[in-house]
Formats: sequence, structure tokens, C-alpha cells
Amino acid sequence: MYHHSEFDRAFVVDRAQRFRDQVNRRISGALTEEEFRPLRLMNGVYLQLHAYMLRIAIPYGSISPDQMRRLAHIADRWDKGYGHFTTRQNIQFNWPKLVDIPDMLDSLAEVGMHAIQTSGNTIRNVTADHFSGAAADEIADPRPYAELIRQWSTDHPEFQFLPRKFKIAVSGSPNDRAVVKSHDIGLRMIRQDGEIGFEVSVGGGLGRTPLVGKVVRDFLPVRDLLPYLEAILSAYNSVGRRDNKYKARLKIAVQELGIEHIRELVEARFAEIRPLFDGSDQEVLERISQQFAAPALQDDRSTADYDAARDADPVFRSWADTNLHEHRHPDYAIVTVSLKKHGATPGDATSEQMRVLADLAEKYGIGDLRISHEQNVVLPYVHRADLAALHAALREADLATANIGLISDIIACPGLDYCALATARSIPIAQQIAERFDELKLEHEIGEMKIKISGCINACGHHHVGHIGILGLDRAGVENYQVTLGGDGTETMAVGERAGPGFSKDEIIPAIERLVQGYLAVREDASETFLQAYRRLGPDPFKAALYPAEQKAA
Amino acid sequence: MARKFEPVVISANDLFDGRVIYLTGQNEWVSHLRQAELITDEEQAKHRMAHAMALSDRAVGVFLAPARAGENGPEPGHPREAFRANGPSNYFHGKQAEDA
Repeated sequence: MYHHSEFDRAFVVDRAQRFRDQVNRRISGALTEEEFRPLRLMNGVYLQLHAYMLRIAIPYGSISPDQMRRLAHIADRWDKGYGHFTTRQNIQFNWPKLVDIPDMLDSLAEVGMHAIQTSGNTIRNVTADHFSGAAADEIADPRPYAELIRQWSTDHPEFQFLPRKFKIAVSGSPNDRAVVKSHDIGLRMIRQDGEIGFEVSVGGGLGRTPLVGKVVRDFLPVRDLLPYLEAILSAYNSVGRRDNKYKARLKIAVQELGIEHIRELVEARFAEIRPLFDGSDQEVLERISQQFAAPALQDDRSTADYDAARDADPVFRSWADTNLHEHRHPDYAIVTVSLKKHGATPGDATSEQMRVLADLAEKYGIGDLRISHEQNVVLPYVHRADLAALHAALREADLATANIGLISDIIACPGLDYCALATARSIPIAQQIAERFDELKLEHEIGEMKIKISGCINACGHHHVGHIGILGLDRAGVENYQVTLGGDGTETMAVGERAGPGFSKDEIIPAIERLVQGYLAVREDASETFLQAYRRLGPDPFKAALYPAEQKAA
Repeated sequence: MARKFEPVVISANDLFDGRVIYLTGQNEWVSHLRQAELITDEEQAKHRMAHAMALSDRAVGVFLAPARAGENGPEPGHPREAFRANGPSNYFHGKQAEDA
């Protein structure tokens, strides 16, 4: 993984010191809140319902054991002993005091972490496939490109005051695990005539106007990556609306001006910019790539113990069936550790769990950890001979829930419990759905199922791309939940369709249960997923399950 | 037809630690909603807001929060205000824990 250079270290230390000065001036009264607010946002500090919230970047989800231990330390010393991993591969602490945040940033800087550009109208944390470098289906490791983008975008003087926030995601595999088309720029690695490059899409996004990104360039050679990104940002900076924040994202410009017009702007700007890149960016990329060289993997160990454990222990087998993903090396597995124990808050990890994960990554996973956009933790390099021991250790730490990709593996935003923007709660709905289907013992029978819940139209819980999406809204002071159907966050991305009237918080869990039971009744067999059944049959049988009384009345 | 004015309290977050605070009738910022001044008149609300904005550097994001009269003082007038007054529902954190 990438280790900060001396330049990187000096940069984050300097930024932390500058923020300390800004905090001191705010507390002394030298800065007003109006003056201070953009400064704190540039350093990832929000003011939420109960306290400040500090959002820390985990670029492309990659984190070392020492960095994970530092997050645990921060959770214990300055917060309430836990952290919340988010859909953008960040971690949020919900309870810091403003006066402590400079110390927190200093502590992060010591391990090469920071909160720069985790908020504000700038290029946010660059996200990527959480299986990068390890997945069997990968064309190339996207992390060197993501790191190049991080270095290019951090404190880029032209892009600190964009019309709105700007999000970039990179996938190195044809199977998209980074939801690239829901980003302002989505980069999907492809191979063309033997050369590796990117399919570039622009104008994707969720929120109040969910749109699937449109391809602006079918094939972008690797050497053109930065000048082309700079051309897109430059075009957006000139045409992005600043009169209305709800229409300021690139997706609205693409929608209003059309992809052809945007492409013309971008290509024209690219032609101007390209000669200014003298190749030094490729030299930087080369240096970065060396740090992401594939690790040496063990070829001399037997995997017989893994097979024996599968045969002997049904609990291990169940976990292995759901939480392992195919590795590029047949003797290894990619392990996803669920942060979605039934009834738990999705994405939360205690400081003790963080330390356990750091230790296990060192013991069994060549010191590599990832945070997924689905709010779980990934150990991308575990030899199959170690899986049984790893599973036993995870069980001791309450981290062995066998539910990855299943109905209780729910993405949920913090919702009204924490967020100043939310209008309804998300977390309790996720908890109740997980507990209900655990009681019914149907989770494995249902199979692949993506439920995603947002507590407001900003869609931080990605509800638009949930097979079943749940959107919490405020209806005259009462929490109300709308259901969307057929969303898809993969390479076949689709925005879910609203099913009908919303449900009260007391009605939504039974409604989801009816919906899922309805799916089980109409699927062809156990191999047909909810999404496949929805695409085959259309919405009617699912709406009938959700609204049985209306169907009878008709 | 003009909307009927609903009762409010003046609330904000504390600059130092971000905790939710309320303004009393004695112009002090306190932690508990029940100690806040319940304002039932629109003109009075405007007047008190202007006063609150000028009152303290420690109050961030001063606003009128919906509330209603209760037996022991003002009570939350909206679900968001209930969470602000008590804490989140998934953990026993925030004011509910401080008061325990």
C-alpha cells in the first residue's frame, strides 16, 4: 500500500497546524462562525445534531493495521469508543469537541491520515473497488491511479471552490464494486487492443436527482488520465451552476446541456491542456505503482485444512459461503468482515474491534485492510489454510456474522439519529429488518439482496441503487418511509422505481417482509435473485405484495 | 390565510463541544430543554432571536426550534428536537447518558 512521502507528511502536518491556528482564532473570537465554517469544512469538521462530527479520509478504502489502531486510539481518547465507516470509504467520529480536533488531526498525521477535502465544494475522497489488487476478475489494480488522483486533487488551487462537491470512483474490474456510475466521474478500467485504459463516465449521482453517469470517452489511455480529468473539472467549473445548490452538480449540467455538448467542452479543453502535461505525472504514477506491487504470496501451503473445516463445521461453512470472494490466487481468499451483526448499527466498529481487525490483518492478511463502500471491512489476502483460525478469532470479537450480500447486510446512513440534514431515522429500520429476518431464518434462503436505507433525499444510504431502497421522509412531523424497487449499484446500474405510497415506521418492517415473501413466491427457483425476478416480472407482483389491500380493492 | 404561529424555543450548538443548548428567559445558555424559555408569540420570537444572535459568541447556528408546553417546561415539538434534546436512539449517548 501507499506510504506517505516526506512531502505528504509535511503537507498534512502543516494543514493540521493551520487548522489549530484557525480553531484558536475562532475560540478567541477573532474569527466569526461565518468566517470559520468554510475553514472547518475544508478539514472535515461538521456540526451535527448532538456534537461536531469529524470525517476522516480513507483513500480508496485502503488502511494499514497501524492506521486502524490509530483510529481506535482516537475513538477511545477523544470520542465514545467507536467509529462509523461510511459509503464513501471514510470514517466518521460523532462526538469530538472542537478544541480536541487539532490534536486528533495531529494524531492522524503521524500515521499518514487526514481529513482534508472530506467535505466542502471540492474533489472528495477518491474511492475504489475494495477488492483492488486481489480480485480474480481484475484487469489491473486501480489503486495507483486513485492515489495519483488523490495527489493531483489535494489542494489543487483551481478546484477548491467548485460549484458543489465532486466525487470520483475507480474500478479495475468489469464487475463494478465501486458504483462508478453514481459518481461525478466514474473510471472503469478496460483493455482495448491489448492496452489498458479507462471508460470515463460523467454526471452520475444519487441524491434528489438520481442519474446514471453517461460515457464521455469510450477509451482513455492511462497516460491521458490527469489531463482528461483536469479537462472535465475545468469544463464543470465553467458551466456548473452556482445560482442554485440543488442544480449545481455536474450531473445537472450533463442533463441540461446533454452529453454531446459536455463531451465537446471536455475534448476542447483537453486539447488545450494536454500539451501542458510534460510526462512528470507518469513518472509520479510509476513511483506510486511500485508501492502497489503485488505482494509475494505463498504457494507451498496446503489448503486441506480449509476443506476439512468446511466439512466439519457448518457455522464456518456458512460464513465461508457468504463472506469469501474469489482471489486472483487460487490458494487465497478475499475475506469481508461484516460490520452488520443483526441488530447492530451498520458500519459501526468499536475501538476493540478495530484493534482486533488490525491484529488479524497482520497475523493472517499480510497487513492489508480495506473499507468497503458497503460499510464493511475487507482482508484482501488471506491464505485458505488460515481461514478457520481467522474465523474463530472473528467469532471471539463478535465479527463473524455470515451475511455479506444478504438481506441484513444493509447500507444505512446515520439518519435522524445523528445527521443535521436527515428527516427520518435509518439505523433503527436497518436494525429491525436485520433482526426480523434473522428471527425468520430466511436470510440464506432469500440469497443475494441489497437493501439500502437513507434518512433523507440526499441519499447517503444509496437507496436509489438498492434492490429494495428505503427513503425516510418527514410527513408533518411523522417519519414516513418510501420504498423503491429494482435499483442496482453494479456495472448494470439502475435507479430504483418508487413503488407507491410510503409506510409509517410501524408499517415498514411488515411491508418489507411481505415484499420479500412475495419474491420468494414468484421466483423461478433459488438461483433467481430478487433483482433478476424483478427484471423478469416487472414491478406489479412486488407492488401487490407491498400493497395487498389496494390490490383487493381494485 | 396566515399560518398559526407554533410555540418555539431558541436553540443552538455550543461552540466548544457542539452540544445542544437552549436560551432561558434570563438570557443564559443551558443544556436542558425544560429550562428554556417557551415563546408563544411571533413578534416576541423575532425580538428574542435578534437578542440571542447578539448575546454570545459560544452559540453556533442559533435558530427557533419547535416546542410545546409540558408539565416540567418545554418539550420537543418535532422528532428532530426530541433527538437533539435526548440523544440518539441506537446508543445511550448524549444528554440521556449525561443525565443518567
